[in-house]
Amino acid sequence: MKELRPDFLYIEKLISEQDRILDIGCGSGDLMSMLKQKGARVQGIEKVEAFVISCVKKGLLVHHGDIDDGLEHHLDQSFDWVIINQTIQQTLNPGKILRECLRIGKKTIVVFPNFSHWQIRFHILISGKTPVTELMPFHWFDTPNLHFLSAKDFQEFCEKEKIKIFKKAFFHQTKEIKILPHWLSSLALFIIADSN
Amino acid sequence: MVSGFLQTKIQALGSLPLENGEVLENLELAYETYGSLNSTKSNAILVCHALSGDAHAAGYKEGDKRPGWWDFYIGPNKAFDTEKYFVISSNVIGGCKGSSGPLSINPKTGLPYKSSFPFVSIRDMVKAQAKLVEFLGIETLFGVAGGSMGGMQALDWSVLFPSKVKNCIIMASSSEHSAQQIAFNEVGRQAILSDPNWNGGDYQDDSKPSKGLALARMMGHITYLSDSMMREKFGRNPPKGNIQSTDFAVGSYLIYQGESFVDRFDANSYIYVTKALDHYSLGTGRELTRSLASVKARYLVVAYTSDWLYPPYQSEEIVKALEVNAVPVTFVELNNPAGHDSFLLPSPEQESILRDFLETTP
Repeated sequence: MKELRPDFLYIEKLISEQDRILDIGCGSGDLMSMLKQKGARVQGIEKVEAFVISCVKKGLLVHHGDIDDGLEHHLDQSFDWVIINQTIQQTLNPGKILRECLRIGKKTIVVFPNFSHWQIRFHILISGKTPVTELMPFHWFDTPNLHFLSAKDFQEFCEKEKIKIFKKAFFHQTKEIKILPHWLSSLALFIIADSN
Repeated sequence: MVSGFLQTKIQALGSLPLENGEVLENLELAYETYGSLNSTKSNAILVCHALSGDAHAAGYKEGDKRPGWWDFYIGPNKAFDTEKYFVISSNVIGGCKGSSGPLSINPKTGLPYKSSFPFVSIRDMVKAQAKLVEFLGIETLFGVAGGSMGGMQALDWSVLFPSKVKNCIIMASSSEHSAQQIAFNEVGRQAILSDPNWNGGDYQDDSKPSKGLALARMMGHITYLSDSMMREKFGRNPPKGNIQSTDFAVGSYLIYQGESFVDRFDANSYIYVTKALDHYSLGTGRELTRSLASVKARYLVVAYTSDWLYPPYQSEEIVKALEVNAVPVTFVELNNPAGHDSFLLPSPEQESILRDFLETTP
């Protein structure tokens, strides 16, 4: 069996039965399957056709489309949770999308690759080249990632936009990282909501 | 393949009150079934045909060169697996393939209705199908599925009979026609109306408005294909046949489509059915959201990037309205190149989506 991702396990603990959840950029639906099994009402958005077909195979509800213009119709606060897991760095307009997430979700879970992991810092310092890592295994010419951000960048963004941060968590490979997370984690998770 | 030769049955179903207030007496529906109904009567799927389709959706009837219109998807081990499901297909009312329509005998006059047949709506077509489903002893349909006009019927089934539809599959369809869709149908109707043989719809078998109907079909065919498909299939090639009347392959193809259509379709029916399509409206945006407020089915909506007659935005309108109502829905936009006709053509992706959507029914 595939080793479960620590961020998935972390999210699974947060949600309750019957919660209405929107997974933005849901991929082939692994997280959605976990949450559905727990009794949540889950639906996803995904732009890659092959992933959409896998979601249908798993009996998941999925909306094939691009999130850069696909959230407007959802009513304010109509989801208990909006999850945007390793997607935000691939969108054209992350600021606008996060605003939309906060509008339609009571709480939003944002997960992204943390660009301040020590290996990335050293890689740039020593090699002078854009890092290619386990979590971001792409070269500059073939990467779907349009933006690179660190946990600190995200925190700064939330302060500037007056977005409330409920909780953060950091991960590396299969473990949650509690010591020196900005250096040692390759994945950052934030739970946020509109402060109004 | 559905085995053995099939027969289209005709069932008398009493009278049908229509949406416009009239009553259609002596309602008859032509239908076929594939597979067998299980003991709990819980495995029935109704498939609904498009504008020029009929009850013959799968397998071969005696003398058929080609199987039914959705044979790629209906049969043993196909998406609509007839080893598991009992598939029902019926001809719409207003049509000309065995169900009540302009060619039927008006019991009041003893003569064919022709253009005195009452106006029928998509909803009337659905109500007629509901009578057939009831006659077959089926309380709840495991699924209703269709493309184009069939998709409208499937959608309307779920609105009209929320608790009788478990799964609703809507392909290459919309909640109402746009001005562009009405425009194409209008030119088709005007082509028929301007045929010297039209005679207000009161034409005889030996003097049918065939030129007008053929023109309507030719134009329809343009809208069912796509630019890339036409380029690939015809390019700028010279005609194969019809060299007296056209210089191009695409021209001879359309002429052939028009001419063969008049042998199998009635001009009055073309007018009735296209009008039913154009008048159907559940609205868009908030109005559509309200129209779909009390639906209960689980939905699969499929659109095709290359379909410019029923563009994907129309499917997405339906999906968004369902999502706002927190109704379970899956939306897939397939990249098939064949335009509007894509839903009829073989595609492994479509096969897998249809099959998996049905099989994962909770």
